[in-house]
Amino acid sequence: MHAMSTTKRINMDHAATTYLDPEVLGIMLPWFTENYGNASSVYAEGRTARQAVEDAREQVRAALGAKALQEIYFTSGGTESDNWAIKGFADANQRKGNHIITTNVEHHAVLHTCQYLEKKGFEVTYLPVDHEGRVSAQQVADAITDRTILVSILFANNEIGSINPIAEIGKVCRERKVVFHTDAVQAVGSVPIDVEAMNIDMLSLSAHKFNGPKGVGALYVRKGIRLENLIHGGAQERGHRGSTYNTPGIVGLGAAIQRATQDIPAKSARLAALRDQLINRITGEIDHVIVNGHRTERLPNNVNVCFRFIEGESLLLNLDMLGISASSGSACTSGSLDPSHVLLAIGLPHEIAHGSLRLSLGVESTQEDVDRVMEVLPGIVRKLRDLSPLYADYLQQKNA
Amino acid sequence: MSEMYTQQVMDHFTNPRNVGEIENADGVGQVGNAKCGDIMRISIKVENDVITDVKFRTFGCGAAIATSSVATEMVKGKTLDEALALTNQMVIEKLGGLPDVKIHCSVLAEEALHAAIADYKAKHGK
Repeated sequence: MHAMSTTKRINMDHAATTYLDPEVLGIMLPWFTENYGNASSVYAEGRTARQAVEDAREQVRAALGAKALQEIYFTSGGTESDNWAIKGFADANQRKGNHIITTNVEHHAVLHTCQYLEKKGFEVTYLPVDHEGRVSAQQVADAITDRTILVSILFANNEIGSINPIAEIGKVCRERKVVFHTDAVQAVGSVPIDVEAMNIDMLSLSAHKFNGPKGVGALYVRKGIRLENLIHGGAQERGHRGSTYNTPGIVGLGAAIQRATQDIPAKSARLAALRDQLINRITGEIDHVIVNGHRTERLPNNVNVCFRFIEGESLLLNLDMLGISASSGSACTSGSLDPSHVLLAIGLPHEIAHGSLRLSLGVESTQEDVDRVMEVLPGIVRKLRDLSPLYADYLQQKNA
Repeated sequence: MSEMYTQQVMDHFTNPRNVGEIENADGVGQVGNAKCGDIMRISIKVENDVITDVKFRTFGCGAAIATSSVATEMVKGKTLDEALALTNQMVIEKLGGLPDVKIHCSVLAEEALHAAIADYKAKHGK
């Protein structure tokens, strides 16, 4: 974009991606070089690689509280997992019904997949969320019909951090005998997850969101659920997903999920304290701020606010110049004319949604990072408001 | 932000020229709307058909701020006819280019300036 200054960069966009834990990288490296065997080969090199894949599968199983190793499938990431869960399930079960229930704040990997299925003749109910971005188990119960085959509801929102009542929704789905999928890409490592206790039937996750490598993820599929294949072409994953095993990536996913799910309460408490401090300082030091998302049922690393009278991209550029990476749901950053569908779904008018800022913390985030953000953010907002005709009009009306 | 902003865009974004509003302006033009995330307001002072002063305020992205800033710089001291000849292409060239998705910002800058001149002409019976 432009010359980067030499000051230390601060990542406030961990919801986009995280750095690869050097320990995890160290564990992955031999699987690129000396142990490069194809995990499907019958000879020694293949068997060695296959054992590493199966060890990683056990790490994922344990992290999710799943019963059996056969319930864990490796994929290329969260998007593929979502596509496979929804399209694969719809394809395999359409004789049972053609109705799918989801929400209007899903990640596009779920939303666009459901829209695709609508074109193929499925009926999709997009449950509206409340002003904090959540759906209730009652809404799900009310929407289920005798044609409903699948409920897909995200665990925690990637933009505003709100956490859905997943265990309650799982219970409703179990009682009504409807399969329940959740996109847990943002939740794994941040929130304790137990697919058995929560009655989750399918779950998508992605390694790079919890200090693992990019390009690898997993799909949990409860035993007995039938999915059509998404990727045809080989006997891998017991014939359910073709493609040569990405051994280094899978090994990295296993190591990363094991680390990320250790001691979640202590890690989350530390991040939630930084999160709440950021929210309190932003609302305390800057006028005309709206906090988006639920205040407590919220990912411990997510801050999402709207600054009235200014636009998100210009905010991000200013932060970037001062060494801080963040994200926004403004139209200019979403690559479309509309601001984020999540911000509109929680009832924000367009002009306010354009002024959104998401700060997302990660394992390496510190008090100094928070202090640095608060050192520069009020000045940036002031500068952009001085430029804004909307703010000038507001001041004039106020003083009139 | 998948496409790059040029150094000129970043310069105008970082140090916008002619920010503000002229009191008792001879003409004011405002285009865009908050729903789409871009509003530009340009005010001008005119003496003997020459734009002697021009100021802007913009709500919008980096490109919106940079295009309105550079547009004010390009027409200051110019005659109304010269200013009316300003096109969004000239704004883009002056900035060394714009990402495709930001071309509409340069159009808004041209329109805001033309709207200010139209307002001046309407008010002064020209």
